[in-house]
Amino acid sequence: MPLPDGLIVIAKRDCPTCGLVEPLLHELARAGTPLTVYVQDDAAYAAGVPGAVLDKTLEQSFRLGVEFVPTLIRVAGGQEVERTHGWHRGDWQRLTGQPNLGATLPELRPGCGSKTLEPGIAEDLIVRFGDTGLASRCIALGEAEDEMEACYDRGWTDGLPVVPPTPARVLRMLQGTTRRPDEVLGLVPPDLAPCTVEKVAVNAVMAGCKPEYLPIVLAAVEAALIDEFGMHGVLCTTMFCGPLVIVNGPLARRVGVNSGVNALGQGHRANASIGRALQLVIRNVGGGRPGEVDRATLGTPGKYSFCFAEAEDSAWEPLSVERGFAREASTVTLFAGEGVQGVVDQKSRTPESLARSFALCLRVVDHPKLAMAGDALLVVSPDHCRVFLEAGWSKARLREELERLLLLPGDEMVAGAGGIAEGLPPSMAGKPVPKFRPGGLLIVRAGGGAGLFSAIIAGWAASGPVGSIPVSKEITA
Amino acid sequence: MSASLVLLDPTSERSPVARALSPRPASLDGLAVAILDISKARGNVFLDRVAERLAAQGIRVNRYRKPTFTRPAPTALRQQIAAENQLVIEGLAD
Repeated sequence: MPLPDGLIVIAKRDCPTCGLVEPLLHELARAGTPLTVYVQDDAAYAAGVPGAVLDKTLEQSFRLGVEFVPTLIRVAGGQEVERTHGWHRGDWQRLTGQPNLGATLPELRPGCGSKTLEPGIAEDLIVRFGDTGLASRCIALGEAEDEMEACYDRGWTDGLPVVPPTPARVLRMLQGTTRRPDEVLGLVPPDLAPCTVEKVAVNAVMAGCKPEYLPIVLAAVEAALIDEFGMHGVLCTTMFCGPLVIVNGPLARRVGVNSGVNALGQGHRANASIGRALQLVIRNVGGGRPGEVDRATLGTPGKYSFCFAEAEDSAWEPLSVERGFAREASTVTLFAGEGVQGVVDQKSRTPESLARSFALCLRVVDHPKLAMAGDALLVVSPDHCRVFLEAGWSKARLREELERLLLLPGDEMVAGAGGIAEGLPPSMAGKPVPKFRPGGLLIVRAGGGAGLFSAIIAGWAASGPVGSIPVSKEITA
Repeated sequence: MSASLVLLDPTSERSPVARALSPRPASLDGLAVAILDISKARGNVFLDRVAERLAAQGIRVNRYRKPTFTRPAPTALRQQIAAENQLVIEGLAD
């Protein structure tokens, strides 16, 4: 669309520099210069100037790509020739061809930000007047349709309400990453549907994420698609598990993934929404819905959302470093986790005693008479961790001790022993049996500063190559 | 609520936007059919005849009645119909 020849000024009353130049607009109009003034906020600004228009919807400001007010543009032959912003006396005199314009004004006054760039407005303007570049199918709701109910009706929610994924919200979410919206992350089970960055953003909006969480969600989705994690099996099993996201590194602290008080509980937006976004991607993009491909007998509340950060301590190697990443890297680790089992030991003051407590409690993963079935994640609270740190025990030292203590007598574990039919094959009698497969015991530090309690999160009973292996992915962009 | 609200589809877009009708049953054998009278005058004349013809085929028919055609069916009635039947016939107009 050709622009009107002559001069275009974009201004807002709220801007003192726009106030400074207002009399000049009357002067230019009186001199017969073809002039269009787009005012962003107040019809009374430049009232009486024939070309003054209230740009109420900000469409003209948006189309002109204005970042500052006042902006002065010279147009010839329907095309922009030159522009300046703020008040620069020399620039204004040259662009207007009026060598004495504003001679009594100061030489220079900076302008203000255009209303088009105010928070929350820019994306709405792209949706109304621009090209969003988004590829997802648009679903227009009916006149009488409530948007929250509409999301339920279409089967998009996990049972809790979701934030309706409007194009403006999705555009704002995509500001959280430098990755292209059409980049394909992989095929999401069970439908093996291609998943783009944009589809992740749509589901992250619904889950309640902030844009700054998006890189973590993207990494979590990519981790879930790593073959070893076995997301299809994690979803479709009759057992309890769901993808638990453990975040390590500086990004966890920057965006506020909770690793402290109530780290495994409710009340933190990052924890609640990042884990939920991953689950919504599985549900909506992958088509993984309970009662359909998800055949869980009981499930676990963590299947709504399960995400926390490790409370990293300089004396204990973080999970990410144990798994081969640099300490300054930010990572997600996915673990096919069940529920949380508390370990209450308020009396142990030596690492030996506390390790024995942990080992005894870890025996109940799956069943005290089963071994090398499910992995386990041991979440050591700061109070418990202190017992080890004060005795000079590293995380690796604790794991070695637990592996030693969890070498269990096969005689007690075989089917029928103790009058319980469940148990290991008879061939295991008379042998020591490790409770966990090699690499099957993960240890992280998390929790509030008071409480001699830790937690065990059992893994899927089909842990390891047969089912799911914990996977890690660096969070990039 | 807005006539113009647009949402972006979070799914893999393998299903049509418009919700599909439930599939027709291949047979009415063993199914219970609800007949809901919305309390519009003489609606029962038509529904009685439908009920007679279904019953004549040996199909189990349950009759229900809304207190008034001017309002949606009460929640308890909707739940009762859903719990006791697989199909429902409702007469809507004069």
